Amino acid sequence: MPGEAMIEAHGLRKSFGETVALDGLDLEARAGTVLGVLGPNGAGKTTAVRILTTLSKPHCGEARVAGHDVVREPNAVQRMIGVAAQDATVDAVLSGRRNLVMIGRLCGLPRSDARARAAELLSRFGLADAADRIVKGYSGGMRRRLDLAAALVARPLVLFLDEPTTGLDPTSRLMMWEVIRSLVNDGTTLLLTTQYLDEADELADRIVVVDHGRAIAEGTPEELKRQVGGARLEVTLSEPQPEATRALAAFATGTVSASADNRHLRAPVNGNSGVATTVVRALDAAAITVEDVQVRPPSLDDVFMALTAGER
Amino acid sequence: MIGVRRAIGDVVVMTGRNLVHIAREPLRLSDVTVQPILFTLLFIYVLGAGLVLPHHGSYTEFAIAGLLAMNLVTSAIGTAVGLSDDLGSGVIDRFRTLPMWKPAVLVGRSLTDLLTATLCALIVIATGLAVGWRPHGGAEGLIAGFAIFLLFSYALSWGCACIGLYTRDAESSQGIGLVVLFPLAIVSDALVPTQHMPTVVRTIADWNPVSAVTAAGRHLFGNPNPAAAIHAWPLQHAVLASLVWSLALLAVFAPLAIRLYRTQTAD
Repeated sequence: MPGEAMIEAHGLRKSFGETVALDGLDLEARAGTVLGVLGPNGAGKTTAVRILTTLSKPHCGEARVAGHDVVREPNAVQRMIGVAAQDATVDAVLSGRRNLVMIGRLCGLPRSDARARAAELLSRFGLADAADRIVKGYSGGMRRRLDLAAALVARPLVLFLDEPTTGLDPTSRLMMWEVIRSLVNDGTTLLLTTQYLDEADELADRIVVVDHGRAIAEGTPEELKRQVGGARLEVTLSEPQPEATRALAAFATGTVSASADNRHLRAPVNGNSGVATTVVRALDAAAITVEDVQVRPPSLDDVFMALTAGER
Repeated sequence: MIGVRRAIGDVVVMTGRNLVHIAREPLRLSDVTVQPILFTLLFIYVLGAGLVLPHHGSYTEFAIAGLLAMNLVTSAIGTAVGLSDDLGSGVIDRFRTLPMWKPAVLVGRSLTDLLTATLCALIVIATGLAVGWRPHGGAEGLIAGFAIFLLFSYALSWGCACIGLYTRDAESSQGIGLVVLFPLAIVSDALVPTQHMPTVVRTIADWNPVSAVTAAGRHLFGNPNPAAAIHAWPLQHAVLASLVWSLALLAVFAPLAIRLYRTQTAD
């Protein structure tokens, strides 16, 4: 089974009135891997997830999940998948435990199995103490974890997580990452959408960058970074000095950008060793006092900026 | 395909879930608990005080079957509100991605509302007994009458399900439900005999399913039933007409609701 495509989508198109949500999107995830779908708000990520999870029908194109066509065999797909949507889709008036037992029963588990599975997931996701409280009183992080637990009740082969950490505080976000990593170790195939580049970098084996409803880049996180090339130079000045930008332009392989207070300057440079030293010397010669100089490999932020720059 | 046993299991789970909702928010039940007591007392002591029935029957004896109809018809809005609430929350998307029998969401809702309608009817009967109403048709008559009211209420709740699915908004459902159900309850022989209504209104009232159901109830309870003197077919064959009306409503609205559920939740 490893290596087999568990999620395949070809040429998905969907529009809502005048708005084009998907404009010929292709996706593929192989068994046991994590596909990160990365894009800004409105890129079409949620629409893609809704189509792949049988909630919505594409106007064009086709998609298969675990070998089943999402439009023609929705029931077969539903038996294979778990979904945690962006808006928590649990029943706010029921307790966490009742939600999971209900979902287990609706997935066809006998009552006792559904209860056991609920208890197991509640304790695994740190919700055992809150298990019998009504979900309305849960924090955002708890709700997301319950939603994820709900997605896992039937031990799905393929899991879809739509922006699992959007709106969470940093602690809950790290906790969510831990949970997601442990799922991947279980061999589940995972499609994860996110607008956070570090999240895709952290969790995904392959990343598809989506913008305006289509894939604009694809590859491993390393490949994408290489695509942008070079390194990033970041200089912090003691006080804003206009000539600093000019001094840095001599080293930059692209434009030098400045922060609002003009103290932080950034520029792409080629990654030769000794760049930092040369830069400090040049700035020193121009009588510019420097607080900090860093040369780092490009982040996915840089990748994203570079890939979408032309369209904005 | 999903087997019958799974489908029944899913309906049981959905009904159970709705009952937990009721247990958590019991005030939502006021339209089937407080309202029937209030309506019964108001109609009997206020309206009944000024009303003279043909053949000098007692208004209380006459009114209880009508009040059963009135309360069950107006509380059917609850189905519309409950479903539109569900549709407005994310939980419906969860149900739609589960390998369950999808109409269980609707059937579970209708069964929950059948249970609350039963509670509502029992409260009207109890209030009636407390203010001096008596059935004279024996236990069979009482049970048969009760069943006819509940069947009609169940059929009507599928009509209201369509309203809820169509509007997808609790307040709109309530509004539209009231506009449809209130005249349905009032333009009938439920609260006053139709004999003195203007011809057009009277014709509508005589053919209103609520009139047939109420007349069937009065007949089976052995209470004063002025409608028996009216020549309209549904009132001459009130029991049969009630069954036909209820089954016809079910045959139209249940498939329509299932279809609306599919189309209204897809995007």
